[in-house]
Amino acid sequence: MNPIIQGLATIILGVGGCVGYFYASNLLLDKVLYPAKGPNIASNIRRANIIRPWLFIFPALLVLTVYLAYPVVGSAYRSLFNRSGDEYIALGNYLALFESPEFRRSFLNNALWALFVPVVSVTAGLIAAQLSDTLKWGNIAKSLIFMPMAISFVGASLIWKFVYAVDSDIGLINAVLAGLFGAGPIDVIQIPFWNNFFLMFILVWIQTGFAMVILSAALRGIPEETIEAAILDGANPFQIFFRIKMPQIFSTIVVVWTTITVGSLKIFDIVYAMTGGNFGTEILPSYMMSFMFRDDGRATSVALVIMIIVLPVMISNIRQAQKELR
Amino acid sequence: MENIAGKKPALSWAKNIAMAAMVLIWVIPTFGLLVSSFRDRDQISATGWWQAMLPVELTARARTGTEATPDGPLFRVEGNIFDDEEARSYFSGTPGDISAFGTRGAEPTTYLAGTTGDLGDGETLTVNADGSYVWITPEKPGSRGQRVYFAAESPPKLTLDNYRTVLSGDNMGRAFLNTLIVAVPATFIPILVAAFAAYSLAWMEFPIRGLLIAGIVGLLVVPIQLALVPVLNLHNDIGVGQSFVGIWLAHTGFGMPLAVYLLRNYMAGLPRDIIECARVDGATDFQIFTKIILPLSLPALASFAIFQFLWTWNDLLVAKVFLPSADEAKVMTVKIADDLLGSRGGDWGILAAAAFVSIAVPLGVFFSLQRFLVRGLLAGSVK
Repeated sequence: MNPIIQGLATIILGVGGCVGYFYASNLLLDKVLYPAKGPNIASNIRRANIIRPWLFIFPALLVLTVYLAYPVVGSAYRSLFNRSGDEYIALGNYLALFESPEFRRSFLNNALWALFVPVVSVTAGLIAAQLSDTLKWGNIAKSLIFMPMAISFVGASLIWKFVYAVDSDIGLINAVLAGLFGAGPIDVIQIPFWNNFFLMFILVWIQTGFAMVILSAALRGIPEETIEAAILDGANPFQIFFRIKMPQIFSTIVVVWTTITVGSLKIFDIVYAMTGGNFGTEILPSYMMSFMFRDDGRATSVALVIMIIVLPVMISNIRQAQKELR
Repeated sequence: MENIAGKKPALSWAKNIAMAAMVLIWVIPTFGLLVSSFRDRDQISATGWWQAMLPVELTARARTGTEATPDGPLFRVEGNIFDDEEARSYFSGTPGDISAFGTRGAEPTTYLAGTTGDLGDGETLTVNADGSYVWITPEKPGSRGQRVYFAAESPPKLTLDNYRTVLSGDNMGRAFLNTLIVAVPATFIPILVAAFAAYSLAWMEFPIRGLLIAGIVGLLVVPIQLALVPVLNLHNDIGVGQSFVGIWLAHTGFGMPLAVYLLRNYMAGLPRDIIECARVDGATDFQIFTKIILPLSLPALASFAIFQFLWTWNDLLVAKVFLPSADEAKVMTVKIADDLLGSRGGDWGILAAAAFVSIAVPLGVFFSLQRFLVRGLLAGSVK
């Protein structure tokens, strides 16, 4: 029981502390520092209103700085030092990375993930969205395809570990192979190169629901008139889909595509749970974790490589946000 | 679109079939795991989960009795093989018919049930389908009966044993609790912090506001991997170390960009009139926030809460780095990935049950609050 009480106490303390901070700091500002009364009431209110935004935003800025902004600089700096962190070796870690065959393999595998997963997820999601919108039981179908979204990567890996199992009394794939073709059991996790695709499919299984939900909303947002006009002009369903609908939801597809791409660059759990990086399935995040706690210099340099790959997405996102603000 | 589909029944058929096929691919693996988690250990290794409702043929071993009656020059032992405790221990319910038997472990099904097996030296053994046997031997049996191996059908059996094993032993119950202790504060603290920040970014005027928003959008895609080493070192330096406090702070930081981004987008869309009116009536920003904005933003807060909860509950990476590696501090994902998948690779029933314990809560959240989840996704991705 002790840990439960401890947990509850910390929840109350943590949440209470946050509420307390906001309440007390505003109280201090309004009642003590610049009270809205007395001779300088106007200037007091003005000053309080200059300070207040910063009171509101300070905790968020603090954690953002400490947990995301500083690490970018901190990791870049740390990656220039050796294993124990006491000797400056300039780009030594990076040079060692580029010479290592495992790094090259992780990099190529990761590139494969970043291509295959978005292509298949978005395509499958688009098909599911288009199909479910026209069927009576579409909502149930959607809900079931969306479900893996709630399952952890570890849980999903375990679910598929059953499907991929060599034993034909456990693994569905080998059961089908044995039952229909009489073929001997194969361990799909150990087939060189192709095993990567079996791991990627687990992520596809999770991400398709995400793509489907967003694309389905986008499809429904298409103005009816454009489709009606196309029907009157005698377009067939495929023409309507590819010529009328696709162009109109293109920007949404781009958003979904980049989100899934960035996600597939950061995924660590699936490879870790399925193969532990063996059998040629290493990708950058799992390669980095093999150095974590052992060689911080190498670990941070791998992390920085991931960051550099993600950088173009980051820049285009910022540009987009600035355009919208104006 | 429906009218076009309606014109072509063939297309409509194809659509139904394609959708059904896709749903099946998406659901079957999870369903298989669910079925497996309720199956008996012996049955899992004997047949696939898709045969869970069919009887399973199990091989068992037993000994005959030793009470012999003289039968001419020979001795005759009769009885039922299921009277032997060892034989019964293989079957959870009433065992089905025996299909074959033998006397050597390497070949447990040498003779069909009902036939007589010649064991050499005038010794014979007959085992019938119902378990009754006749053993005829030239020597008077000693204190131990004849070893018998046999194959019998065991009725399908669903049990909660796997769940019992998972929850009682091996600290899995503790891991469940740890996951909860990590996920709940790591969901609430960022919401609160982000809500205030989102309000100030949406409705308060101050310099560099646009710059901050752009910065937060940029931080949305920063890979967590980058933060692991520097933040862990920082935690060690300031005395937080690997602890629950550390992981709450880490999750708060990592979830913050999405939280601020989602909530700001939502709050910026609230009607300006309400806020202006309140200002004219002399309400301070703190009052406007707590009395007007917060209640109005509940849907967005709920969406983000679901995301953050699912993410913190399901996370493996952050837990591996920011929590101690001791067994008492492990969360479920770490427990499954490190302990169960490693050492118990072959115990499928336990694995399935453990997986289901860990995904039960997120699935519950998902199916009850799906509406909010969808809304949150749309707010984050589609303008």
